[in-house]
Amino acid sequence: MAAKRNRSSNQVVKWIVLVALALFLLLMLMPFIMVTINAVKTEAEFARLGPLSLPHGINLTSLKDFWTRVNFSRTLFNSTFISICVAVLAVILSLLNAFALGLGKVKGRAWLLVFFLMANFLPQEALAYPLYYFAKFLHIYDTPYAVILVLTVIQSAFGTYLLSSVLSSFPREILEAAMMDGCNKLNLLWNIVAPLSLPTLSVLFVFFFIWTWNEFFLPLILLPSNASQTVPLALAMNQGQYGMNITAQSASGLLGILPCIIFFLIFQRTLTKGITAGGIK
Amino acid sequence: MKHKTASVDKGYGVFLIPGIMAFLIIIIIPFLTNIGISFTKWGGVRPPVWIGLSNYQRLIGDSVFWLSFRNNLILLIAMTVIPTVVGLLLATFLFDYITNNFGQGVSSFFRAGFYLPQILPSAVIGIVWAWILQPDWGVVNFVLKGIGLSSLAHNWLGDPSTALLAVMVVLVWFQVGYPIVIFMAALQRVDPELLEAASIDGASWLQKFYYITIHLIRPEILVVVLTTTIYTLKVFGQVYVLTRGGPGNATSVPSYYAYKNFFETQQVGYGSTISLAIAVIIILLTVLFINIQSRQEKAESA
Repeated sequence: MAAKRNRSSNQVVKWIVLVALALFLLLMLMPFIMVTINAVKTEAEFARLGPLSLPHGINLTSLKDFWTRVNFSRTLFNSTFISICVAVLAVILSLLNAFALGLGKVKGRAWLLVFFLMANFLPQEALAYPLYYFAKFLHIYDTPYAVILVLTVIQSAFGTYLLSSVLSSFPREILEAAMMDGCNKLNLLWNIVAPLSLPTLSVLFVFFFIWTWNEFFLPLILLPSNASQTVPLALAMNQGQYGMNITAQSASGLLGILPCIIFFLIFQRTLTKGITAGGIK
Repeated sequence: MKHKTASVDKGYGVFLIPGIMAFLIIIIIPFLTNIGISFTKWGGVRPPVWIGLSNYQRLIGDSVFWLSFRNNLILLIAMTVIPTVVGLLLATFLFDYITNNFGQGVSSFFRAGFYLPQILPSAVIGIVWAWILQPDWGVVNFVLKGIGLSSLAHNWLGDPSTALLAVMVVLVWFQVGYPIVIFMAALQRVDPELLEAASIDGASWLQKFYYITIHLIRPEILVVVLTTTIYTLKVFGQVYVLTRGGPGNATSVPSYYAYKNFFETQQVGYGSTISLAIAVIIILLTVLFINIQSRQEKAESA
């Protein structure tokens, strides 16, 4: 009897703990919830009931106003174009580097890898002004190509580091068998190593895409005009602008959050796999 | 036969050419140029003037730089210390308690939820939180007034005495999901039988946590501490959007201070010096990290 009561009180404790944890998570997610419910309110409604009340129906005026105000279609296109280009190019560059450093017995391999890791860790400020000058010199300043060029190299520094360590345990027998069959190095890369490392390459692709999407500093210095801005940059430049009311500001927050939530839902598995595989951040 | 194996090992140099060229142009030459600029006085338009070590002397005596650096060290509490400790506790709790009692699905759901802020761009985090902390109609002050604590309502980001603290709260919120995900994966290596044997020997929860769990996932703790420390030294977007380093210089950090010198006050030479100082610290930290890591690996294989 006592044991039974004990078990059921244990059961109660478990559920209390779960509810407490759920409340904590709800508190963590509150910023997302607040921005969402206030982006779909009218200004009058906000003035009357404040930020906490649930919206009476969904009013898209603020979102639409903000969308046209910053030409959000254009901004979304800029971000998508830059992020896809960087992700594709940086995966290719990482693969080429890692093919040589992971499989080959290149002299000074360990040092080259440290160098690549360092290049990724380096603060962008320490490259910023020369890059800014260089972009102007090449007449790619204020075009997506400036950002694509720089971010491709910075992202691939990390990709090279991670992919080299993955490829260094690539089964030698497969390589040797392929070489016996008369494969040259290019065949080896294209027909054997690349297809077999597709899981890691897709992890890298997803991370490069999201990192580039989220990037702020380089677009800030390389993309000054409204027409070339990326999503985070356009939102930051319009923050607290004259004539932006309360609900429009939460609409801008929501438009910044939504694409990321969509990526998160699409790529969730790949993300978790990547973070745990490489300590990727 | 010998010839064949040799050819598997060699002949890759040509694949490094694009990578090395790209690194030369985008990283190495700009980095070296930046070092060169740090010895000059330059407004960005007319040719730079060589001034030797003057910028470095100025850096040593510049109270704004040291204030920014101090702020950066304080931010380590928000971006490294608290997330690592809370991440360890939450990851262990989710892994042991929630998974055992409610299953893998529930525990993965919580992990994903805590991770969510990590996927946002730094600028968007700034926009969302500036909105929440807005003094007149922001959510935080609205709640405080609603529960009768209007005396606590405050211009959180505008008052020098609370601005850095407010930025720290935002950074903890952003950062905590990252260690949770890493540590939960690491915990899968911890053998449950080991923990059970320890319980039978009378070890308390705290003893098991300290002597077994923490000990076994040391490599991941090291990775988290290093990456979050470097991220703290590079933090820019949140500060730019939330406070622009203000009020005064209350929330300035070196990366923002460098940006300001480059692009707002046009003191390019001095900006280069500041950015080089951050770079040197990061390079030293990375070297230290690689040393500790290889020592750990040696100790493990011995």
